[in-house]
Amino acid sequence: MDKAQMIDELKKIVGEENVLTSPEALYEYSYDATPGHLYSPDAVVSPGNAQEVSEVLKLANANKIPVYPRGSGTNLSAGTAPLKGGIVLLMLRFNKILDVDLENLIAEVEVGVVVQDINDHIAQYGLIYPPDPGTVKTASLGGTISENAGGLRGLKYGITKNYVQGLEVVLANGDIIHTGGKNVKDVSGYDMTKLFTGAEGTLGVVTKAFLKLVPAPEATKSMMAVFDTIEDAGRAVSGIIAAKIIPATLEILDNASIRTVEDFMHVGLPVDADAILLIEVDGHPIIVKDEADKVMKVLQDNNAREVTMAKSAEHKNQLWTARRMALPCLAKLRPTTFVEDATVPRSKIPAFLNVVKKAAKDHNVTIGTFGHAGDGNMHPTIVCDIRDEEEMKRVHKAMDDIFRGAVELGGTLSGEHGIGLGKLPWMELQHGKQGMEAMRNIKRALDPNLILNPGKLLGEC
Amino acid sequence: MANELTAEALNKHDATLLADIDDALANCMKCGNCQAGCPIYRETRKEFSVARGKISLMQGILSGKLPISEEFDHIMAQCLNCKTCSANCPCGVKADDLILRGRNAAVKARGLHPIKKNVFRLLSNRPLFNAVLRMGGMFGWLTFKEIPDKNAVLSRFPAPGMDPNRATAPLASTPLRSKYPEVIKVPNARMRVAFFTGCTINYMYTDMGEAVIEVLKANDIEIVIPPKQHCCATPVHVSGCFDLANEMAQNTIKTFENLDVQYIIGACGSCVEALKTYPEWLKDDPEWKARAEKVAVKVREISEFLVEVGYKKDIMGPVNKKITMHDPCHMVRGIKVTKQPREILKSIPGVEFIEMNEADRCCGSGGSFSLAHYELSRQINDRKCANIKKTNADYVTASCPSCRMHITDGLYQNKMPQVVYHPIQVLAESYRNYKK
Repeated sequence: MDKAQMIDELKKIVGEENVLTSPEALYEYSYDATPGHLYSPDAVVSPGNAQEVSEVLKLANANKIPVYPRGSGTNLSAGTAPLKGGIVLLMLRFNKILDVDLENLIAEVEVGVVVQDINDHIAQYGLIYPPDPGTVKTASLGGTISENAGGLRGLKYGITKNYVQGLEVVLANGDIIHTGGKNVKDVSGYDMTKLFTGAEGTLGVVTKAFLKLVPAPEATKSMMAVFDTIEDAGRAVSGIIAAKIIPATLEILDNASIRTVEDFMHVGLPVDADAILLIEVDGHPIIVKDEADKVMKVLQDNNAREVTMAKSAEHKNQLWTARRMALPCLAKLRPTTFVEDATVPRSKIPAFLNVVKKAAKDHNVTIGTFGHAGDGNMHPTIVCDIRDEEEMKRVHKAMDDIFRGAVELGGTLSGEHGIGLGKLPWMELQHGKQGMEAMRNIKRALDPNLILNPGKLLGEC
Repeated sequence: MANELTAEALNKHDATLLADIDDALANCMKCGNCQAGCPIYRETRKEFSVARGKISLMQGILSGKLPISEEFDHIMAQCLNCKTCSANCPCGVKADDLILRGRNAAVKARGLHPIKKNVFRLLSNRPLFNAVLRMGGMFGWLTFKEIPDKNAVLSRFPAPGMDPNRATAPLASTPLRSKYPEVIKVPNARMRVAFFTGCTINYMYTDMGEAVIEVLKANDIEIVIPPKQHCCATPVHVSGCFDLANEMAQNTIKTFENLDVQYIIGACGSCVEALKTYPEWLKDDPEWKARAEKVAVKVREISEFLVEVGYKKDIMGPVNKKITMHDPCHMVRGIKVTKQPREILKSIPGVEFIEMNEADRCCGSGGSFSLAHYELSRQINDRKCANIKKTNADYVTASCPSCRMHITDGLYQNKMPQVVYHPIQVLAESYRNYKK
């Protein structure tokens, strides 16, 4: 089938206005939020329902045309970049919150809805959908399910996979299947829901999800602690957990991040400090107070040179400035920003931060690290200029050191951004040949013609 | 043939038109955060609506992969210049300025749309523009019928480029500047200011201009209204016609630079922003830049001015109304004046001030954007009206005549009872009520 025929057929399925093919439109869907990945598709198709997705996939499968499901295109792993041309499947017309079941605390939501909009909608019932990636105001639900996104509240509340209880998925052959549902306990068959969650669109196209909701916490308390050594900060993190307190958020900033934020914001951050921890506990007001006091003690016991507890909402906002502004300020240093998400066991955070520091020094690149200390999910953020080839060589060498270091410490390449194309070269290092082959076999079984997001996550099959 | 025009040569030429903003474009890290605030993206959810898409497209042209096409022109036109993307950009990219640069490149590569060309020719010629709008005002009743209590009109006949059901502003039978002498004297003047009226206030919403004059007089301030003043050139500048806009800016500077006044006052957020930004527009010419700066330091929006120099609170009568406020884009993100109009409204006895949700979200007008994309601008405005509805206010206030016009239309279409005023009109009403 030639391109013109394909486009005609696509228009028959979704309607003429939902197929974009102008050079400008193709260019605008050739990238996502990951630097350095620009590949032109042949058509941008916006289906309006699962049946249309099924028809598009049948057509693509019969003609071996690559298909890339896409939501807001805000991912950081080139997960939606149309690597081999073909069809960008834009899922944003799936824009409805279909139901909020208050008796079962389940929301039935289409994948094109922005995550923040779900939270805005359920706030009236005193409920939250906890996964809150940095892109919560822009990311589509489908994107966060496919990347299995995490966020600041991962330590206490878990990540996307802990809240997706059922899915509607269109398979490569056009079959529409339903996995899981409203049952809290459900061990009937393979856990297909978990399989598609985090599959990065390589196994099927998710169209709808059943999401578990939880009551919003009644109260919160925020604290900040300044440390002279990263080791003390690390011990404080472990100490908080050892005291049997699970904060909603437990964030860390390294010295490079602290200095960068202070340079831009002038908010009086200690530029000589090796690390800052930001902690928030939430829950019942009485318990929150008790836990906050215990956290303060642990921080002091581990040589925090300065500890502060937020006195008001405004003060809390002030304390969180450092963390909130870390990425924006780092991003302003240089044109190109790589936000990585290598993750290590909580106890290995100081060791990992030293790996990052050494990589930055050895290869003369600028890296600021901040991240979710509570769950070991770090964000070494490399800022550079992608137009400078020599610098990019050094950046890749630093990345190599960071990923190898994380895996050696028993960590993982990605805590929440996904593999896509960005971290592909290190996949075998973490999973071994056999591990990769097992995953490739799953891919081949569900997508024998390799049309779904080909080349991602597993590389060539 | 040596001088045959190839697509490649064309692309290369187009790329040169954007070469100087290569670095500024490269600072965009493509995170897509601009999707969250962009009113147009919120409706279309298409990449070309949002700043990231427009910046990428310009980079596509810079790289020689794409020409400046008609489609590029259309895409660059899809922007309200509301600046929400720039205000929230983690990388500090001034996307709104870059999009204007994109429009400028499109004008250079493809020329101006013929309709705009004619409109701007008229706009840049003050005597002709004045004559046409005065005629329109005199015979306005022939073409428009009034909507009671809204200070708005509907067209009696289909007009080109205009939705027949759209409520618009009436053309004044006598323009504001023709109603007053060049100098309005007050006994024992404490200060002397110039009034830059702007076109919409001069030819359409004269009531806004009258309120400004009334309030200044009540505060013992002498007013100069230079008769040769003309359009601030914002519509021309945001269309990417920088050359013509700069010429018009120079005219405004010439008209105001030698006046013996302490301040230059405006009541339209967009006009005031333009006058304050002329030094930036004219930065390539050191002499004109210096002259622009001399004018710009004196420029104040009326509420900004009143709060800065103080205004009389002992001659206020009650205005027993529930009032909400919309922050025009060029007020909140342009000149960053939001506290002052609120301070004034809250200082008026009887006023119950109610904040609306998303007060600083664009109303969808975008000047001529709403003419070219009425349906889209209507959708954006419906959200504004829904937020207004929840306040149950009697008055909606907005320090911008374009917002006033577009919100008035929204209220009319949504069959809502509210009326839209400039905050200064409420202060004028309060002063009037004192005299009663």
